[in-house]
Amino acid sequence: MSVNRGTFVERRDVNEDFQQVGRAPSEWAGADRVPERLVPTHCSFCGVQCAMHLRVADGQVIGVEPRDYPHNRGSLCPKGIVAYQQASHPDRLTHPLIRRGGKGGRLERATWDEALDYIVGRWQAIQAEHGRDAVAVYSGSSMTNEKCYLTGKFARVGLGTRHIDYNGRLCMSSAATAYARAFGIDRSPLPMTDIPLADCIFVAGSNVAECFPIVMQWIWQARDRGASLIVADPRETPIARTADLWLPVRPGTDVALLNVMLRQVIRDGLVDEAYLAARTTGWADVRAAVEEYTPELAERITGVPAERIVAAARLYGRAPTSLIMHARGIEHSTHGINNCLACINLALARGQVGKPGGGTMMITGQGNGQGGREVGQKANQLPGYRHIDVLEERQYIADVWGIPEPELPQEGAAATEMVKLMADGTIKSCLILCSNLMVSLPDNQTVARALDALDPLVVIDFFLSETAERADVVLPGTVWCEDEGTTTNLEGRIVKINRAAEPPGEARRDWQILSELARRMGRGQFFQYAGTRQIFDELRLASKGGVSDYYGVTWEKIDAQDGVFWPCPTEDHPGTPRLFEERFGHPDGRARMSPLRYEPPAEEPSEAYPFRLTTGRVVYHYLSGTQTRRLGFLNAQAPEPWVEIHPMMAERLGIRDHEIVRVRTPRGAMDLKAVVVPTIRPDTLFIPFHYGHLGAANQLTNPAVDPACKIPEYKACAAAVERLDGRPLDLGEGDRAARVNYTPQTDPKMFPYAVGETKTPASQEAKRF
Amino acid sequence: MAIKTLFVDPSRCIGCRACEAACRECDSHKGESMVMVDFVDRGWSVATQPTVCMHCVDPVAPCAQVCPVLAIQITPEGVVQQAEPSRCIGCRNCVFACPFGVPKFDVEARLMKKCNLCYDRTAQDLKPWCAQACPTQALWYGDYEEFANQRQGRAINLTDFGTQTVRTRVYQVVAAETPALDLAGLLREARAEAGQPERSRQEAWVL
Repeated sequence: MSVNRGTFVERRDVNEDFQQVGRAPSEWAGADRVPERLVPTHCSFCGVQCAMHLRVADGQVIGVEPRDYPHNRGSLCPKGIVAYQQASHPDRLTHPLIRRGGKGGRLERATWDEALDYIVGRWQAIQAEHGRDAVAVYSGSSMTNEKCYLTGKFARVGLGTRHIDYNGRLCMSSAATAYARAFGIDRSPLPMTDIPLADCIFVAGSNVAECFPIVMQWIWQARDRGASLIVADPRETPIARTADLWLPVRPGTDVALLNVMLRQVIRDGLVDEAYLAARTTGWADVRAAVEEYTPELAERITGVPAERIVAAARLYGRAPTSLIMHARGIEHSTHGINNCLACINLALARGQVGKPGGGTMMITGQGNGQGGREVGQKANQLPGYRHIDVLEERQYIADVWGIPEPELPQEGAAATEMVKLMADGTIKSCLILCSNLMVSLPDNQTVARALDALDPLVVIDFFLSETAERADVVLPGTVWCEDEGTTTNLEGRIVKINRAAEPPGEARRDWQILSELARRMGRGQFFQYAGTRQIFDELRLASKGGVSDYYGVTWEKIDAQDGVFWPCPTEDHPGTPRLFEERFGHPDGRARMSPLRYEPPAEEPSEAYPFRLTTGRVVYHYLSGTQTRRLGFLNAQAPEPWVEIHPMMAERLGIRDHEIVRVRTPRGAMDLKAVVVPTIRPDTLFIPFHYGHLGAANQLTNPAVDPACKIPEYKACAAAVERLDGRPLDLGEGDRAARVNYTPQTDPKMFPYAVGETKTPASQEAKRF
Repeated sequence: MAIKTLFVDPSRCIGCRACEAACRECDSHKGESMVMVDFVDRGWSVATQPTVCMHCVDPVAPCAQVCPVLAIQITPEGVVQQAEPSRCIGCRNCVFACPFGVPKFDVEARLMKKCNLCYDRTAQDLKPWCAQACPTQALWYGDYEEFANQRQGRAINLTDFGTQTVRTRVYQVVAAETPALDLAGLLREARAEAGQPERSRQEAWVL
């Protein structure tokens, strides 16, 4: 028996020993113990918005714990697990910065008063000289609904400018337009928990496993029940690897593939005629339009063997319940809207939309990509999806905001158009929030010129992003866990973000910065908020009666029922998890089908540029990487970009695995590591887009945009790859330039246009939503 | 009810390393991962698989058997713990003895380190961090009956090393022998309708 036995008696008060020898009780046990609390919140990254608990001790976020929630059931992907490390990251901006000595100067520490006075002084001078629209706001969607709403209001009321748009324009504006056009409501029609009810899941252009890992558990649950999985992707991504049928489609040719599948479904007699007659319009035109798309034609266009397409159509068509999931792969295109509409046509023809587990589902990329576009920071929309050019809807918002209707600006330029207006001097100054244009916009040399032409460029961010590096004034904002508010995830579920820490140093909450700027602009009376809850209450009112009706949503209700799905028009309404069960969002209650023609991407391979370059994500990074490239664990997994090339082509070009090669497109060239993998089409190259400076894939991508929604073509441009040893590429005798398919459709007129006049009919239609 | 344990299903692994990131969150070895995600055949496939301690049952944990100082303890529930720091002499016998190649030697700390099935969590009926986080449930925690009721595939806890068979607490999942879907038939049907010959016209790389 140990002589120390008494020391280890359970629950013994050790201080007793000291007291026995006459010493004062020590506080060591208490001082050592750090009280820890769990703050329930949601992840800051992708549109899934996984629930998590943040472990908070001593005012610092020190870790993460799982939190069970209907859509993620306690699981997290690697990004979510380390997200908390941002809060006390040494790179955090803790005080305002001003570039002293003009454009060539350095960013130096400044006081808040100095920074805000400078900004407001410049803005007032610019607006007095060049009009209110000379100052623009470029916003983001990785923010709470409250912040997004306030940004829209700040631009239109605080600054009085028409130019407000956000980076969701680059993300899924094509899907948003397609859903609004076909269904009348721009939201994923069903919750994630419906996915296991499908018997066939068709993933079109989405690297679900890497971009939305948590969605995979629902897909696997469906597969455990016997569902089949079809994946269309030029790369064999981790989800394609385990699919029943992989359709390695040539980038940018999706409409051809989807039209053929629809034609095959018709031929096999799998169309739900009763559903089409009762619930849709335009079926006859669609039926006629797809007739010319034979499997053989599709094989030539898409590069997918004809029998595979036919097999896919049957697998899809014969399933009693089938679900199409699509994301950026088909949306980042000059025909993005058509691609999404083609998916919708297919689902409607099978009578799937509105059925539990059936239909189509768009997968939102950004954290609040769904909410961000509903609450009025889109160029053509006011809160609640209200149209900015419809008088009654303008009047409603003007009343909520307390301004006369004529003071409310008209529609402004889309994000991609804004860059052109900055470059040509129409926009003199821009406020950028939570957005990294230098990484996220195509053709980034043009973006750099546009940003450098601004005076001043004002950036609110919490890390010095590639865009903030070019700013004249940088204002330190907050990361997600330092503020309170709501976000709307990819299902349309509104969830609550809770505060876990205070902003470090002099950093301020973004809504306070905006309110203060508005006050100094002489518009403070419209921005009297005591907290984000008041902003949310105003947002509820502003969305009341709109398409995305938040009026019945309260923070308490979100907590009580694990998120609320919009529309939720009254406080006793439970929310709407599944849409279109009875009727669609159009006044006649019917879905509109659209006949579609295949058109090639804006730029096609030629002899000088024999490849198609496509870009995408890796699982360790989020969007422009401003956040994830700073987190050690994530950055260590993928610290730099690379180019994926098929072994067949690598052999032909004499490229070895891990050799540095040069990738060229008509817009520029970059040197990166070649990763020779058989998991990509031989005619395609892939570069991940999360990196800045010389690693930015958007040095190469094509700025051509969809004519209606202005989403750029990130996923298909002509490219060449060559060795660095000086051996020239064998170009042959043929064409030395990329083949460009610019047509009036693919080279759309950019802003400014008179509202409703110079826009094409398609564009007018799209802008209405 | 059978004991709860880990089920490792490599077919579901997407190589996201959420398990590694999660394992680093555990308070007992903060910042270090005891799980590894391996590329199965890099250069030819994107297939990945997580490697965790298999917690050998029979013969009982070779790593513990060869430990000269009894630093590796086995709990009554069959969880093989990592080496007790106060005892471990850094001889690396366990590293060489493990047939699965799991224990890692931390040169700086002069300690053997390995997964202990998140004993602090599992003892309180919580899931291990890796299985809790895993977005695809390639790492899944539960008992055998639950697994068989919910999931496809066959769970196996016997591994042959030459003539010796090792039974482990952790299960590996392999695909069901008969695929549920006759995809070849579907493709044959499509090919025949198009009047194409039986041989595959597909480019070699497509397969």
